[in-house]
Amino acid sequence: MGIEEHLGDNIITTSLDKLVSWGRKWSIWPATFGLACCAIEMMTAASSRYDFDRLGLIFRSSPRQSDLIIVSGRVSYKMAPMVKRIYDQMPNPKWVIAMGDCACSGGLFNVYSIVQGVDRIIPVDVYIPGCPPRPEALIYGIVKLQEKIAKGTIKNEEPPKVLK
Amino acid sequence: MFEYKDFLIETDKFPLNVGPSHPATHGVLRVLVQLDGEVVVNAEPIIGYLHTSMEKYAESRTYHQAETITDRMDYVSAASNNLGYILAVEKLCGVKAPKRAEYVRVILAEFTRISSHLVWLGTHAVDIGALTEFLYCFRERELILDIIETVTGSRMTPSFYRVGGLAMDIHKDFIDKTRNFIKIFPEKVSEYEALLTKNKIWLERTKNLGIISAEDAVNFALTGPSLRGSGLKYDIRKTNPYSSYEDFDFEIPLGDTGDVYDRYFVRIEEMRQSLKIINQAIENIPAGEYLSYDEYPRYVIPPKKRALTTMEGMISLFKYGMEGIKPPKGEAYHSVENPRGELGFYLVSDGSAFPYRMRVRPPSFCNISALCKMTKGHLLADLVAIMGSVDILLGEVDR
Repeated sequence: MGIEEHLGDNIITTSLDKLVSWGRKWSIWPATFGLACCAIEMMTAASSRYDFDRLGLIFRSSPRQSDLIIVSGRVSYKMAPMVKRIYDQMPNPKWVIAMGDCACSGGLFNVYSIVQGVDRIIPVDVYIPGCPPRPEALIYGIVKLQEKIAKGTIKNEEPPKVLK
Repeated sequence: MFEYKDFLIETDKFPLNVGPSHPATHGVLRVLVQLDGEVVVNAEPIIGYLHTSMEKYAESRTYHQAETITDRMDYVSAASNNLGYILAVEKLCGVKAPKRAEYVRVILAEFTRISSHLVWLGTHAVDIGALTEFLYCFRERELILDIIETVTGSRMTPSFYRVGGLAMDIHKDFIDKTRNFIKIFPEKVSEYEALLTKNKIWLERTKNLGIISAEDAVNFALTGPSLRGSGLKYDIRKTNPYSSYEDFDFEIPLGDTGDVYDRYFVRIEEMRQSLKIINQAIENIPAGEYLSYDEYPRYVIPPKKRALTTMEGMISLFKYGMEGIKPPKGEAYHSVENPRGELGFYLVSDGSAFPYRMRVRPPSFCNISALCKMTKGHLLADLVAIMGSVDILLGEVDR
């Protein structure tokens, strides 16, 4: 982030690490980006019974305001450039969840029009299997992502960059 | 002298791209809008962003495997899709399911109709700005999914029907849960209505908007609530009853002007009517077999109990599991009333275990064609309301 360059490697930077990671962990804002069946389960996870908000997840309609993209559903070759573009538009730091079998590996659809796993286009942090995964599975995936974020460090991190 | 129109300056049309990732397009629809100021001159839907080549893919699956593909087509109302597909296969084989199976099929199809309308109402209201409605609708949708899960084992993708019946018999828990749902749901519908039906903002955003006349609706081949909103009484459950729909007493709600509000009204009433059908079906569910294996042993899988206790049952289960059923050469078309309209399946068989061709007549694909006509002359902000009211599902449009 640039601060650690002035402070050097000491207790202040490591404490800052913890603070920043803690803050990021509890305010993951996913982009409102739904593709197919899993998007309905994603909406369900955000609704009354499962309630995403208690984990600090609030859907943002613009990729520029979000840190997380949940690829929920099958990605066709026609849609792939848009997925990549949305990912590029998100500011650093950013994370990706591949939700469902289709986004993980192509799943049921081993056909000419479907990208066999979204990790061929963008780097994925958490894979959630299931067709479609239950909202509980999605929440478990989010918890796993939080664990990953908690281990992160701000050292040598790329500054937020906006695609022109 | 000069007239008012002489002072108007002709300006260029402004092209605006909506989608394919847009919170209000209900999936990955892209609409290319031509604007004159803020007024929509032309709105052209561009589809294909979710093309999954399902029709082609079905050609390499057996008849029972291909059923799982239909789940993912209209993923909000999967059991209705399964019903259309299985009825087409049954027509191909000349098989008829027993009464008990038909009643359970009707119950599940009507449950998915309610659940689909709930998803529609929640998201449509969010698009227009009524955010609370979403939480209300999804609360009851969870109850329906619980019931579907109890009997089929899956929330959204049941694939519970088999040629000539069901995968397994229903149990008491399902009936109890359904009765409980029937008890609590009517007041919940009134709750949704209390938020919207007489709401001034809702009326402003929906009345006299996106009007499509009955004649245009027929010309665009609209079906489902979009057609009935224009006042045409066409519902396959009534005109061409299938799966014992003739046994049930229900009405078809109709709109009169064909605007966004009418389509909303039709769907709300349909939820009540569906509940009425479920109530009649669950109270009069006939006893007996859930698979018509005895009548058509050539095409129907044996019930699990028979397969485990008798030799010929075991053999035929193994055979149908390994090879799949082989319908005679021929073709069949069957259509059902999906929550979105007429869903038809056309199957061609060449006598092998795989369909030679599967063609789907998706309601959303036909309904989306009227979008241009409906939005012409309205404001850009109303485009979202009109798009939502047609209830398009991109999984079904692109397949």
